[in-house]
Amino acid sequence: MKNINILICGVGGQGILLAGELLGDVALRSGYDVKKSEIHGMAQRGGSVVSHIRFGEKIYSPIIKKGDADFIFSFERMETLRYLNYLKPDGAIIVNNQKISPTNISIKSSSYPEDIESICKTKCKTFKSVDAISIAEQIGNIKTTNTVMIGVLSSFLDFDLKLWDETFHKLIPKKHLDINLKAFNMGRQL
Amino acid sequence: MKTLLSGNEAVARGAFECGVRFAAGYPGTPSTEILENIIKYEPIKAQWCPNEKVALEVAFGAATGGARSIATMKHVGLNVAADPLFSASYAGVNAGLVIVSADDPGMHSSQNEQDNRWFAKAAKIPMFEPSDSQESKDFLKAAIELSEKYDTPVLLRMTTRISHSKTVVKIDEVIDPPRKTFIKNFQKNVLLPSNARHRHTFVEQRMKEIEHLNNNSPYNLFELKSEEIGIIISGISYQYAKEVFPEASFLKIGLTNPLPKKLILEFSLRVKKIIVIEELDPYLEEQIRAMGIDVVGKDIFPIEGELNQDIIEKSYYKIEKKEPEKLQIPNRPPTLCPGCSHRGMFYIFKKLHLNVTGDIGCYTLGALPPLKAMDTCLCMGAGITMAYGIEEATEKKLANKTIGVIGDSTFLHSGITGLMNIVYNQGITTICILDNNVTAMTGHQEHPASGKNIKGFPAPKIDLKKLCEAVGIKRVRVVNPYNLDEIEKVLTEELNTQEPSVIISEAPCLLHEKPGFNKPLKIIRESCENCGVCISLGCSAIGIDNEGNIYIDPLLCPGCTLCQQVCKFNAIIEL
Repeated sequence: MKNINILICGVGGQGILLAGELLGDVALRSGYDVKKSEIHGMAQRGGSVVSHIRFGEKIYSPIIKKGDADFIFSFERMETLRYLNYLKPDGAIIVNNQKISPTNISIKSSSYPEDIESICKTKCKTFKSVDAISIAEQIGNIKTTNTVMIGVLSSFLDFDLKLWDETFHKLIPKKHLDINLKAFNMGRQL
Repeated sequence: MKTLLSGNEAVARGAFECGVRFAAGYPGTPSTEILENIIKYEPIKAQWCPNEKVALEVAFGAATGGARSIATMKHVGLNVAADPLFSASYAGVNAGLVIVSADDPGMHSSQNEQDNRWFAKAAKIPMFEPSDSQESKDFLKAAIELSEKYDTPVLLRMTTRISHSKTVVKIDEVIDPPRKTFIKNFQKNVLLPSNARHRHTFVEQRMKEIEHLNNNSPYNLFELKSEEIGIIISGISYQYAKEVFPEASFLKIGLTNPLPKKLILEFSLRVKKIIVIEELDPYLEEQIRAMGIDVVGKDIFPIEGELNQDIIEKSYYKIEKKEPEKLQIPNRPPTLCPGCSHRGMFYIFKKLHLNVTGDIGCYTLGALPPLKAMDTCLCMGAGITMAYGIEEATEKKLANKTIGVIGDSTFLHSGITGLMNIVYNQGITTICILDNNVTAMTGHQEHPASGKNIKGFPAPKIDLKKLCEAVGIKRVRVVNPYNLDEIEKVLTEELNTQEPSVIISEAPCLLHEKPGFNKPLKIIRESCENCGVCISLGCSAIGIDNEGNIYIDPLLCPGCTLCQQVCKFNAIIEL
């Protein structure tokens, strides 16, 4: 199998780190070498967050080379644009259709780019936009937005459903497990 | 069993597996998570210390006392701990001692990007450089063994990318080595000049022996492939270079002080061209060149910042890749959080046009627009000392226009000595301690004045006010940082007294403890004149919508009321 590179991006507080943990764990369970890199430090609430996940037979660098990502898995529309140059020409973009205006007060919210979808579509082969928040609300907990998104991504990857189930059992606290599995399955069917 | 661990988690696990019994450190990105993870392992007694020098000395004492020990810190922390480091090299250890230095190439969260590999060379101690989490664990264990065998402290040099990346690690069995006993040994442990001279001889001999060992050690990887290109490398750079030069031969050095010179020479004879790739300084390169071996190195690879596959490829093949036209995307820079207790203080500093000598912590963000109320930021403690230096330089003329600003954890780290200096030398400088009751910037670690220990259990709490009084400050004032009028009044009074004073602004970090605020606020559209004074607070809960109207985001606003206090039109009320 060739190596798979997934770049996860979004805004601090969206559950990106957990999404990355789930993905890393299921890849490891599937018998792959896995590397995952994220930078924390100055990242605070509302900051731009990015996580690189790579898996395959043998992975060296924990970071994805520009132009080498198979997927941009984005939790926020504008953040997708920030990392577009990482995507392969035949890569896929999966984006949570949420807009979070930069909270930087020196910037008017009108500078939030408008034509994100059309820009993305010129740079990728597959583009999938998901209203994950509405689905999470429908399920009854907006905090499951990230697991809805993981569900969507899972339909693009060939990990065994049984292994996903094991991953969820390991990483999600018991009291939140059922609702997150439900969110995952809803996402997977989209 | 295999699992995914960050480099920091792997160091903690390694410490557990090889029977480390004591761990001490001071928080600092990217090293912090080592101790935060080590507390999961019951047999290890772990503690946050006031600073890195204390941490290293306590760990050194523990090792001397017979317990395998580690001290953890970020790269600049080792500057603080350099004094004990250099002498510990002479004294040697009893049980194993490893100092973990987590460097920050690229300065993700640091004030410089010094290359701490020079410390190992200067202090004449062995150093390991892991290239992934597995090696972080393996090398920590190897370092403890080496430390005991050769009677030396050992440096484990991490970098941000190693500390914070997760890679696959094999979990091994845990051993429980018997504790050693403390032995009185005057010649070894008492570094009087007469003893230290002998110890220096020992140190030189020790390093020769370790170099000999290193020429055949399992810590280095000798991968012969192409005869055309041979790459000598260490740390994370190996992972990048393996992708750029899959056909090249590699000599990856794990124990990078002292260098295995014989091994390097052997390798150099097997390949036509040698490339040295390393982040930051030409540490390997200079030593290899000094052996008379010609290499390609910093003449093409950058000396600044992190490396990655793109940079290595571009530098080596001199590719001028056309960067696609940059999209104009607004940034999301770090800012003081909505409701942060530091904001009001900086707002008033700016209002009074003060010169502000700042320090290291969240409050360094007060230097950024729109507050822009910090004029210097050098290192831990310098907020206090520099303010006094300015007083001296201007023969007190600027003393009533200058304030030294420091956080609670930073004050305990290295602020108190600066304050003693002001008292002793009869300065009149005003110092402001922004006390939010936690080491906030690094992710909320406890400290000696927070009232809790590393595990969150109650601990004796140092009283900052009494501490300042004890060193001779007669005027110590405590202010509520959410009351702008009070801040301005107290500041003005203290700046204009002819003796030193300390103002402590007391309010917990609201990400750490729930604040006692009321409801979020909102703007009454009809009353708002769009004057923008609330915007000048630099609060990220306050924004401007597409029509140019100012709004408060109710999801972000914790209701700290600073904007309400500055509004001249009473246009801000509770939601």
